[in-house]
Amino acid sequence: MGEVTNKLAVSLCGIDMDNPIIPASGTFGYGYEFADLYDINMLGTFSFKGTTRQPRFGNATPRIAECPSGMLNAVGLQNPGVDAVIAHELPKMRAVFTKPVMANVSGFSLDEYIEVSSRLDAEDSVGWIELNISCPNVHGGGMAFGTCASSAESVVRAVRDVVKKPLIVKLSPNVTSIVEIAKAVEAAGADGVSLINTLLGMRIDLRRRKPLLANVTGGYSGAAVFPVALRMVYQVAGAVKIPVVGMGGVSSAEDVIEMMLAGATAVEIGAENLRNPWACRDIIQALPDVMDKYGIDSLASIIGAAQP
Amino acid sequence: MKQSIFIIKENIALTHDVWKMVLEGDTSEITRPGQFVNILLDGLYLRRPISVHDAEDGVLTLIYKIVGVGTARMSEMKPGHSLDVLTGLGNGYDVTRAGARPLLIGGGVGVPPLYMLAKQLCAAGCEVTVILGFRSARDVFCKEAFEALGARVLVTTEDGTYGTRGFVTGVFDEAGDYTYTYSCGPEPMLRAVYNASGTSGEYSFEERMGCGFGACMGCSCKTLYGNKRICKDGPVLVKEEIVWEK
Ligand SMILES: Cc1cc2nc3c(=O)[nH]c(=O)nc-3n(C[C@H](O)[C@H](O)[C@H](O)COP(=O)(O)OP(=O)(O)OC[C@H]3O[C@@H](n4cnc5c(N)ncnc54)[C@H](O)[C@@H]3O)c2cc1C
Ligand SMILES: Cc1cc2nc3c(=O)[nH]c(=O)nc-3n(C[C@H](O)[C@H](O)[C@H](O)COP(=O)(O)O)c2cc1C
Ligand code: FES
Repeated sequence: MGEVTNKLAVSLCGIDMDNPIIPASGTFGYGYEFADLYDINMLGTFSFKGTTRQPRFGNATPRIAECPSGMLNAVGLQNPGVDAVIAHELPKMRAVFTKPVMANVSGFSLDEYIEVSSRLDAEDSVGWIELNISCPNVHGGGMAFGTCASSAESVVRAVRDVVKKPLIVKLSPNVTSIVEIAKAVEAAGADGVSLINTLLGMRIDLRRRKPLLANVTGGYSGAAVFPVALRMVYQVAGAVKIPVVGMGGVSSAEDVIEMMLAGATAVEIGAENLRNPWACRDIIQALPDVMDKYGIDSLASIIGAAQP
Repeated sequence: MKQSIFIIKENIALTHDVWKMVLEGDTSEITRPGQFVNILLDGLYLRRPISVHDAEDGVLTLIYKIVGVGTARMSEMKPGHSLDVLTGLGNGYDVTRAGARPLLIGGGVGVPPLYMLAKQLCAAGCEVTVILGFRSARDVFCKEAFEALGARVLVTTEDGTYGTRGFVTGVFDEAGDYTYTYSCGPEPMLRAVYNASGTSGEYSFEERMGCGFGACMGCSCKTLYGNKRICKDGPVLVKEEIVWEK
């Protein structure tokens, strides 16, 4: 047992993890739906739903559309707001998850990012801040913070100043060069980057001749996006010195290993949790055998092994 | 919630586009009428939510309408085929609120979940009236099944080719006095029932789902008591909390 734990162990921005498996933000709630299904303390950690300053209902429904080997979501950051997350959700989470958790932060202005990050940074249960910079920047004319290197740099710099815990910046794939953004946030003081968030897409309802999602567009994720995500993780890991958390379409232990070979220190799993609620448990349990099959003694030793 | 493998025992057409599937498997998590199951189909990413029509002693019955690729695929499955099913999803109806004379109202594929409800209410000694609304005579199903339970059944069709012409609310007077309503159907029907009914009641809603067990916030709706997830806090909402949005 102890040996198995060691084989899977990694360290992310100075925090030791039993394994690199992290359910991704927005697909795992605050953990307790899943705690009814299995002991979620077996996870490396998990990233909870994106938190904003104010409570948000999110977008109108339909918010979900199926795609080949994946799905679109346009949830629109539904969350109870940072006060309620701290007062109600984190204590409930604490009852079922005892490891440091990853706090996913969203915002529509610099002020909001700073406030929400510093509030969550002060919580004992929080291990890392994962800063989602894919939200539209209301002050900057609606462009997402994360789609332009200079605005990405400014938000990371501002949050860096107020946050003591490791700061992981979550990158959008909907950019010309994700490498350029990754380098900008590294220069601004990020301790790590996580990628990819969802790819912008849409579907049209043939009967109604109208977009299927009430929000018109949504984020594409799930197995289909894996090759795109893997390519981006590989490129970013080759260009920055800080740890990279890889995600996008991961649905098996093999995918986890591919992500790590590409340069990921840890791996997040999103949409797969929705079709198979036990996906992360299954992957953690499958990893030792798959490692044996490919002659891998320890996951930590293969990070970036596919890099030139 | 439980994930288990069910084996198809029977899969037959009830109308030109509505099918009944009988499955065998672990039904222990299905605790209330009005709950649903979520079915994984080969080659399709998201599970398909389908209401429990009936569940007893390891036999699960579903009634589904062919509307797209998933339900079409289900209709082609033969007995012996196995399906990966999540069971025990959703809150379901509360039978304890029925009173002596509950009125059940179903429209189209909103009819199936009312069967297990009617079965329990009839067994509990209630005087059950069921109103079933369909588009046309060729769409009518389940009428005899409800009658066999001992319920009084009124059928309406939009074109008048079967039963009373018009919508379900058109036969409320004929239904007589009732103590509570339980309904399931398309939203315009639910809204009409809400406006026409003089008692409290429970309304089962549909929404596109990512997970079906409360994790993704794909199916949220507003209620007077805050935001709820149709899949976990619903699909059944009580009249007093409903907020009509669209
Ligand atoms: C709680 C609940 C209970 C239901 N019970 C029944 C039932 O007992 N009998 C029945 O015939 N139908 C029922 N439905 C509707 C049923 O889920 C859809 O008809 C079915 O998912 C369509 O799948 P498809 O692949 O054939 O259609 P497609 O249009 O190809 O499906 C594409 C995607 O949209 C989703 N979708 C399409 N229509 C609906 C819809 N009306 N509601 C929710 N998701 C939809 C599908 O699940 C899938 O993810 C229920 C829906 C919900 C939410
Ligand atoms: C329903 C849903 C909700 C999501 N919500 C968030 C969120 O609140 N914050 C965030 O940073 N990412 C969110 N994401 C993106 C995921 O965390 C992840 O980056 C993306 O889905 C790619 O991984 P996957 O292919 O494994 O799903 C969400 C994804 C889904 C499917
Ligand atoms: S469908 Fe995921 S929360 Fe309801």
